[in-house]
Amino acid sequence: MRSILQVLFAFVLLQLGGCGYNEFQKLDEQTKSAWSEVLNQYQRRADLIPNIVATVKGETTFEQDTLTKVVEARAKATSIQATPELINNPEAFQKFQAAQGELSGALSRLLVVSENYPQLKANQAFQDLRAQLEGTENRITVARGRYVKAVQDYNVLARSFPTNLTAKAFGYDVKANFTVTDEKALSTPPKVDFTAPAASR
Amino acid sequence: MGGSPSRRPATRGWLAHLLLWLALFGMSLIAAAQDVLPVPALSARITDQTQTLSQDTLVQLDTKLRAFEARKGVQLAVLMVRSTAPEPIEQYALRVAEQWKLGRQRVDDGALLLVAKEDRAVRIEVGYGVEGALSDVIARRIIDAQIKPRFRSGDFDGGITAGVEQMMRVIDGEELPAPRGRSRESSNDPGQIWPVVIVMAAALGGVLRRLFGRVGGAVIAGGVLGGLTWFVAGAVTTAALAGLAAFGVTLLGLGMGGLMGGMSGRHRGSGWSGGDGGFRGGGGGFGGGGASGRW
Repeated sequence: MRSILQVLFAFVLLQLGGCGYNEFQKLDEQTKSAWSEVLNQYQRRADLIPNIVATVKGETTFEQDTLTKVVEARAKATSIQATPELINNPEAFQKFQAAQGELSGALSRLLVVSENYPQLKANQAFQDLRAQLEGTENRITVARGRYVKAVQDYNVLARSFPTNLTAKAFGYDVKANFTVTDEKALSTPPKVDFTAPAASR
Repeated sequence: MGGSPSRRPATRGWLAHLLLWLALFGMSLIAAAQDVLPVPALSARITDQTQTLSQDTLVQLDTKLRAFEARKGVQLAVLMVRSTAPEPIEQYALRVAEQWKLGRQRVDDGALLLVAKEDRAVRIEVGYGVEGALSDVIARRIIDAQIKPRFRSGDFDGGITAGVEQMMRVIDGEELPAPRGRSRESSNDPGQIWPVVIVMAAALGGVLRRLFGRVGGAVIAGGVLGGLTWFVAGAVTTAALAGLAAFGVTLLGLGMGGLMGGMSGRHRGSGWSGGDGGFRGGGGGFGGGGASGRW
């Protein structure tokens, strides 16, 4: 009985004694790599846009307003220096997110508008670019989701006892995460369908 | 006594409150359970929850995919569900891919063909390792050219077969590491003995420490476990290491929790592709690549 208690005591000591320093290193690296992936995919999207714009411009009657909005939003988004340090600066993070969100909006408007142009719909190059853009948008969503999860793990560690003491001692601040408004824009609107049978699953 | 009648309503109110909260709690539990479509357990290469595909198609596709994995190492799987609501098909596809872990670990050469029949939606989810050959554009073309026209005319067997065959043809163009023989991943992998050693050391060590003191107990625990490991695994180095580990564990009186977590965690991800009966993902990673379409 006592030996079990000793083992338990040693276990508790091991858990408490581990001040979480190594855990901080691990989770910090995880958030960094998750954030790099987010940046990576945003860059991939920015690289795609010139081709899309060039293809759409071939359609001379295309709404110029929609097109210029995409070009402007891209210029704005790429003008912000996207560094890994961004996640430790909530203000810059918000600005970066706002710019990328604006670009997302402009691009989705472009895709919706393009549906009205039969020639674009029949244009294989445009359809390929569209597939690439949609794939990239999906990758962005995935990368953002993984970043949210990584930051959540990190922030929980930085806030809970006793690891918050370690966080204070070494200056590991809580990291910025995507806000709810961002996520709301990403998730699809809930589909209300009362005709669907609920019990047949 | 005035206390009794005045307390009664209070008790009833309290009870009603409790019941109400319990009911709300239960409802929220049910709501949470019904929130999203659960990912089915992976047991076969083709999972048809809608009973749409014919037995012939299932058998033929399974044979083809099995042969493809044996030849190329790539794991392809097909899942057919009724609907992915409330999630969009992309989100559900990723959850399936993350749970199934198709493709080999670190090669990430898996792909999933997901069909949501009532949503009239189809998605090809592509693992990192085959994104080069099966790019978003190619995936979209397969959906548009092979799958959608057949689905529109109600030919689900033909659409899925054509789609999967095209996926295999495309992936054949990608250079990937040769598939490993299964003999290397036999069950007497020496690494698998470690969790057992640690548990036994922790249990045995505690008792021996009480009987023979700290150092004596550690020596005996080390000797016993070393001998036992040598007897079971037949490898001298493994046995020596196991003995040393048991010695250390007993000497320091370490708990088993932390160590065991570390040891077994290392082996959790390294699944192997199924042998004769079931089918398992190999640990491949996905990042949202692929394409979706509606018919």
